[in-house]
Amino acid sequence: MQARSKFRQNIPLYIMLAPAVILVLIYSYTPMVGIVMAFQRVLPGKGIFGSPWVYWDNFKFVLQMPTFFQVLWNTLFIAGLKTIAGILVPVTVALMLNNVTSHAFKRTVQTVIYLPHFLSWVILAGIFIDILSPSDGVVNQILGWVGIHPIFFLGDDKVFPWTMVATDVWKSFGFGTIVYLSALTDIDPALYEAAVVDGASRWKQTLYITLPGIAGTIIMLTTLSLGNILNAGFDQIFNLYSPLVYSTGDIIDTLVYRTGILNNQYGVATAVGLFKSVVSLLLIGTAYKLAAKFADYRLF
Amino acid sequence: MNQKIVRLPFLQNIINLVILGLIALVCAFPILHTLALSLSSAAAAASGRVTIWPVDFTTQSYTFVLENPAFIKSFGVSLLRVLVGVPVNMILTILVAYPLSRTIQKFQMRDFFAWFFLITVLFSGGLIPWYMVVRQTGLIDRFWALIIPGALPVFNVILLVNTFRNIPRELEEAAAMDGAGHWTILFKILIPMSIPILATLTLFVAVAHWNSWFDGLILMNSPDKYPLQSYLQTVIINPDPRFMSERDLALLQVISNRTTRAAQIFIAMIPIMVIYPFLQRYFVTGIKLGSVKG
Repeated sequence: MQARSKFRQNIPLYIMLAPAVILVLIYSYTPMVGIVMAFQRVLPGKGIFGSPWVYWDNFKFVLQMPTFFQVLWNTLFIAGLKTIAGILVPVTVALMLNNVTSHAFKRTVQTVIYLPHFLSWVILAGIFIDILSPSDGVVNQILGWVGIHPIFFLGDDKVFPWTMVATDVWKSFGFGTIVYLSALTDIDPALYEAAVVDGASRWKQTLYITLPGIAGTIIMLTTLSLGNILNAGFDQIFNLYSPLVYSTGDIIDTLVYRTGILNNQYGVATAVGLFKSVVSLLLIGTAYKLAAKFADYRLF
Repeated sequence: MNQKIVRLPFLQNIINLVILGLIALVCAFPILHTLALSLSSAAAAASGRVTIWPVDFTTQSYTFVLENPAFIKSFGVSLLRVLVGVPVNMILTILVAYPLSRTIQKFQMRDFFAWFFLITVLFSGGLIPWYMVVRQTGLIDRFWALIIPGALPVFNVILLVNTFRNIPRELEEAAAMDGAGHWTILFKILIPMSIPILATLTLFVAVAHWNSWFDGLILMNSPDKYPLQSYLQTVIINPDPRFMSERDLALLQVISNRTTRAAQIFIAMIPIMVIYPFLQRYFVTGIKLGSVKG
């Protein structure tokens, strides 16, 4: 039989897949079954089989939490601003770097701005907590030289979201810049030659050659980031926030952590987590559809 | 190269360079300041005299940190998790990427398995159910908790599948004609031809393991099992006096002063800085591959 010999030929493929399949079944698929906890009042020691069903009570509880909609808004606000800044800053810096003729200078700047991308938020939080301190932080010290009063970057709830956006840009714009730079080098130099012959100014060259040349990359990265709109950056905020700034800085992920891991309200925390997973799934699905349509992006 | 054609006018060029220089300075400053703090005396740091150069140069903070057994212990845990975790990640990535890079004609189950893994990227059970599963499998407080639950980096699998697919089919077909099986094709043809991307992925997972802190924080109950980043999280970012003995509290007062904090942060950055030149070299390769269309 041909089918059987084909199967026999492919036995090594199943052997290769087996360990990963088992691990993913245990650590990715079993937790999906655990989602039923969102509809239970999880009792300590009883697990998901012994705990009583409460149906939609956990969700009702979440919706009645005075902070829930504030937390949802904080998440969208911080994630939205990060997305916008995450396009503008790297594109601008990439355009500026593209105009640099000295290779040594270009390379040095690149080396310096990529480094933070590889440092963890624990390390960066350690640094930022120190330099942003209102009493002895070096940033406020420098601001003091030009007569600006100390700003409590991490403790003032009006400033906190902006601090998150700024520090996130600081960490990740180098990464974005390299992506756009590599798109810029793919633009055909003949286009610029032709533009120069036609007497186009620098500004016109940027407007009509450079920007259209990287538009595909911009659209692709922007649509893909749509799927992350409920990810305001757990690692960053968890390491930098405090009860002082819960009103503007608490996000869905930190709320799940506190209700679930710290307060042991497993059912409620799972319900909030499920809400996030479902909305994210819809957004990611839409994002990939859009990216496939506008930028011809394929994941597989 | 287009730079020659579109050279900026002199003044604009200077402004461009100055702004870029300032941007680079803003990026480097916090790191240089931390290094300067770690090499300054505690008194100089407290009086706010340190900006970018050490004041009253001393290596005392480093001596102090390196004599702290808890710090050394967690540094060791982190090293071990990189040494064990990276091979585990890479072996699983390769073993999964190969079957998924086969054509559907050769391997009918290909799409089924591709979706089996892809779904885990798109949807997850969330933190709490995941935590309970890890606990049920008996990994709490065990070193393997840092390795096994995240053993398969699915995104890297996607990158490697795309790489394998871009290798000319004729090579594999010729080998298959000579009687080469799947294992031979994988080890003798695909792996040798994918060394740059494999190096890139190795560096990425090494950085990811070194930087992980959350799993250690919630999966380890005793701080002596923390990897370095989880340890730093608890002593520098979020010291919780409720869980400390009086001796630990006294120790915390010292190790949380600014210069020792800076020294600990800087030591944790050193491994990243050491491999940074390599990371940078392969960075572009990795990014280009990420946008390869399948």
